[in-house]
Amino acid sequence: MTRTEILNELKKVISPYTVNKDQLANIDEQTDLIKDLKINSANLVDIIIDAEAKYDIEIDYDSADKMVNVGTCIDVISEKMNEKA
Amino acid sequence: MKKRVVVTGMGVVAPNGIGIPAFLNAIQNGISGIRFIPHYRELNFSCQVAGMPAFEWESLKNYISEVTFHGLKGTNIGYGLAAALDAWADSGMPYDTDQPRWETGCVFGNSIADTEAMKNVIAKVDNKEARKLGSRVVEQAMNSGVTSYISGRLGLGNKVITNSAACATGTQAILMGYEAIKDGYAQRMLVGSAEHVDTYVYGSFDSMRVLSRKFNDEPEKASRPLSSTAGGFVPGSGAGALILEELDFALERGARVYAEILGGNTNSGGQRQGGTMTAANSAGVIRCVTESMNMAGITGDEIDLISGHLTATNADKQEIQNWCQALGRKGGDFPLTNSLKSMIGHALSAAGSIETVASILQIEHGFVHPNINLDDPNPEILNLVSLDKLPVEMLKKEVNIVAKANFGFGDVNSCLILSKYNN
Repeated sequence: MTRTEILNELKKVISPYTVNKDQLANIDEQTDLIKDLKINSANLVDIIIDAEAKYDIEIDYDSADKMVNVGTCIDVISEKMNEKA
Repeated sequence: MKKRVVVTGMGVVAPNGIGIPAFLNAIQNGISGIRFIPHYRELNFSCQVAGMPAFEWESLKNYISEVTFHGLKGTNIGYGLAAALDAWADSGMPYDTDQPRWETGCVFGNSIADTEAMKNVIAKVDNKEARKLGSRVVEQAMNSGVTSYISGRLGLGNKVITNSAACATGTQAILMGYEAIKDGYAQRMLVGSAEHVDTYVYGSFDSMRVLSRKFNDEPEKASRPLSSTAGGFVPGSGAGALILEELDFALERGARVYAEILGGNTNSGGQRQGGTMTAANSAGVIRCVTESMNMAGITGDEIDLISGHLTATNADKQEIQNWCQALGRKGGDFPLTNSLKSMIGHALSAAGSIETVASILQIEHGFVHPNINLDDPNPEILNLVSLDKLPVEMLKKEVNIVAKANFGFGDVNSCLILSKYNN
């Protein structure tokens, strides 16, 4: 999966957790989940759990801590998918 | 100085009506909200009927954000939110605020988290998948879940308290909110209570053999307070909510005033003198009612209507006896008395708040709702009070003062004295 493909999929994963739908449609790798998309920090856990289910991967605590913006989310997801492959 | 406290908004999610107009119509026409629940027959329950609100879960999107809605599983929280936010809107106020509303607090009662929703949590933990539970479980499992969702949506910044006193919860919540305003701690309080009798709670009551089990094929007849054939209560679910305000504060903003709360009391019989975990000490009940009247500055003669606890068990007779003693009235001198439970069953924690909403509607619209299913009044009760004091048809009549009481497991009592607002 390319980074762009993961980004597009990630929009669907994030969607239930933000009311800023316009902003979500235009995210790029620099978009910050909490500051830009106004996601409740407690809900980051839910995004990680949903991503795990979607990509059939396991995201450990240290990797999860890195997932603060869209770019780092894609880093972690592609890393875990490659580990599995 | 003691402040006057008035009711300026109401909301309700009841088995026989959701929203004030539907509920008013139902209680005026004696419409039952009790239905047969096929799943209860499959589970071999003795009682197979219940009062379940016809609540559309998706309707919660009208009250809370899509993000909050996503992952909301607690049925009790859904009921409480809908009733509370309807009461708020009914009181003429907008939901949104950037700043906390420091002058407004909340006392909302609840008995238990939705165990059906929690079953999924237990299964995941037992399956060694606790890490998949996510962030939304704790806030719904905690007993203050309902209160937290309500106060968060409205930005309530004064006292925010979750109370729990079994079947006395709802009246107690209203009393606590009343006290916060009367004593000057808050100018406005959102009060009420919610209950979802899920399958597991229902089953536990069924095992106690305190539920109505002889009318499974005639569900609308299953809840029979005051009657000879009252063979147990019918569990009900739902929520009731009221906006209480300090009188001058309400008048200044031009709020509509439904009624005034004159006083009330909550106590316990101490599980002594015949009181137990499950039975009331009559001395405690009588004291609770007497103290309520003292605080309200009224005598028993001034009460026009008793909105009883009257669950349709063999405790009904003792309750009537206690009212006779507390008010010093009996026979043809006894006040009109009704039990909303004949129509919606016993909504446990939510009973007091839904029944208080019904009481205030009777004051506001000048009527006394019928006791349905009272085809065969208990002769022992008729030895205490005249039959015409237990109306089976709606009476159109001015109602000035209502005594509303509920009694719960743990030998706890709560009573409110509600009045037409007179300026």
